[in-house]
Amino acid sequence: MVSEGKKRVWADYQKEIADDHYFYVRSCIRQTFFPGSETTFLKIMRNNLGKDVFEDARHTTCTGIGYHTDIVPPDTTMTVIARHFALMTEAGYTNMIPSCVTSFGLYSEVLDTWKHFPEMEARIRDFLWKATKREFKIPENLVHTSDIIYKFRNQIRQMAKISLINKKTGEPLKVVEHIGCHYAKMFPESGIGGAEFPSVLSGMIESWGGTVIDYPERRHCCGFGFRQYIVMANRGYSVSNSKKKFESMRPYQPDFIVANCPGCSMFLDRWQYTIAELEGITYDNRGMGIPVLTYEEMAGLVMGYSPWELGLQMHQVSVEPLLDKLGINYNKEEKYLGSRGQNIGEPQKPQFLIV
Amino acid sequence: MGKLYERLNQDIRFIEGLNGCMNCGVCTAICPAAEFYHYDPRVICDTVQSKDESLIEALLRSETIWYCGECMSCKTRCPRNNTPGFIIMALRKLSQELGYFTDSEKGRQQFAIKRAIGENILSTGYCVHPDIVSPELHPEQGPVWEWISKNTPDIMEKMGSNYKQNGVGGLRTIDPDVLEELDRIFEITGGKSMFDVIEKHSKQKAQELGIELSREGIGNEYFISVYTENNGTHNG
Repeated sequence: MVSEGKKRVWADYQKEIADDHYFYVRSCIRQTFFPGSETTFLKIMRNNLGKDVFEDARHTTCTGIGYHTDIVPPDTTMTVIARHFALMTEAGYTNMIPSCVTSFGLYSEVLDTWKHFPEMEARIRDFLWKATKREFKIPENLVHTSDIIYKFRNQIRQMAKISLINKKTGEPLKVVEHIGCHYAKMFPESGIGGAEFPSVLSGMIESWGGTVIDYPERRHCCGFGFRQYIVMANRGYSVSNSKKKFESMRPYQPDFIVANCPGCSMFLDRWQYTIAELEGITYDNRGMGIPVLTYEEMAGLVMGYSPWELGLQMHQVSVEPLLDKLGINYNKEEKYLGSRGQNIGEPQKPQFLIV
Repeated sequence: MGKLYERLNQDIRFIEGLNGCMNCGVCTAICPAAEFYHYDPRVICDTVQSKDESLIEALLRSETIWYCGECMSCKTRCPRNNTPGFIIMALRKLSQELGYFTDSEKGRQQFAIKRAIGENILSTGYCVHPDIVSPELHPEQGPVWEWISKNTPDIMEKMGSNYKQNGVGGLRTIDPDVLEELDRIFEITGGKSMFDVIEKHSKQKAQELGIELSREGIGNEYFISVYTENNGTHNG
């Protein structure tokens, strides 16, 4: 009955996701910490699904981290985003797909603000014209890149080389999904499943054979908090919030975590290392931590991409226990090789966290 | 209507964020900041809707307004469609415009954010770039990040990035013409003025405290001071 009720609510929260011809805007955080995920997204879209995804080298940051650390005022952020709309319009596209949840939340906020205050849109159009002599049309379809993977999840399943199943036991892998606050908490109608039952990641997991863990702090923030991480003195806030989540998910023994948002993916990985080194605690039974993937990395593994091509060596928590469960063949000696297969050294081993 | 309330009411986030709080406290129950800091978003709403100028001024000069993480979990939950997180954004903007932010330890951190993130936006076109995430300032990033930092161009090439090259792709060099457009947007829309006001009041505060702030970028004592100091009174 509970499940039936959820399905009814989800039906109210389905949103339109364009089928093809996307204008892609990148994420500052992902290009820094998990660059292989954006590369993989484009490979899946273009090579596997045959979709048209356009990139314009002239797009910049949306200023999202500056906006949410309060050093960049709203007029400035809205005009920078309006410039991205202008680049999209000039390229002849109408479907905007940001690769970042902070950007997606901000784009949604800008469009919502303009809907309620048309005079604000006029003011920003004026700013943009004065600054750049550019004009723009409002995107007809604005979705996050994970929405696109969700949309094509069943096609991806048909191309899959493996399922999210423990090869030894035959049991579905138990997955924690983390959506990221700005995906749907601000504008629930903009997320698949809304803020209550966001199904963007759970839909992928279930389609690809895994099972989703429903734990008490499932919707709690990862603790980024913008200024609460960027300034060293505040990082206790950030790690404490992640720790709250880890403690809540631990009894369910997750096989891995998959995250929607650039910051969340990084924090849920790095704070496990920090907590291990500070307190000697890990949230698995082997002292290795719980592997954290982005949704493209999860899709890439399912589709048979090489773990080191996906960039899983850039994670602090080792992914090998997960690869072993999935029955993926990999060469550990190739993990840290450079771009031409050369030796570029290896990371030092942490004191406590086993890698 | 008092002067401070009037100025808050010119901020679109304040208009959208405060519809009338009935003090139910649901925002506080859901708030990640309330769990770890001396912070109560319900009280923030109640204070600003009182329109009491002296209370609002005290808030603008306080540590309190800097505790929110802007996750906006409050927006989803408020039964009256208020968003304390939006109210905080308006309060922070006004606190900086009036120079009150330097009265608090957490407020003074705005200088470090401006120097690190703000200047990076205008010089590279990105908020974050691997070159500014130094292992020394980010020990929590761990040994894998140290290894990445030592081998950034090669690892980024392996990942299919376009590190510091022209053309499309992750970590590409943003064309100088584009940076000029960005600069003009910041100039025309008040982004530069906000940076200037943070600089001006921070320099005054540094002088008052006798801390060196003569060097550009992050290589000065005031940056290190506001970036690292925590007097331990914010939680517990």
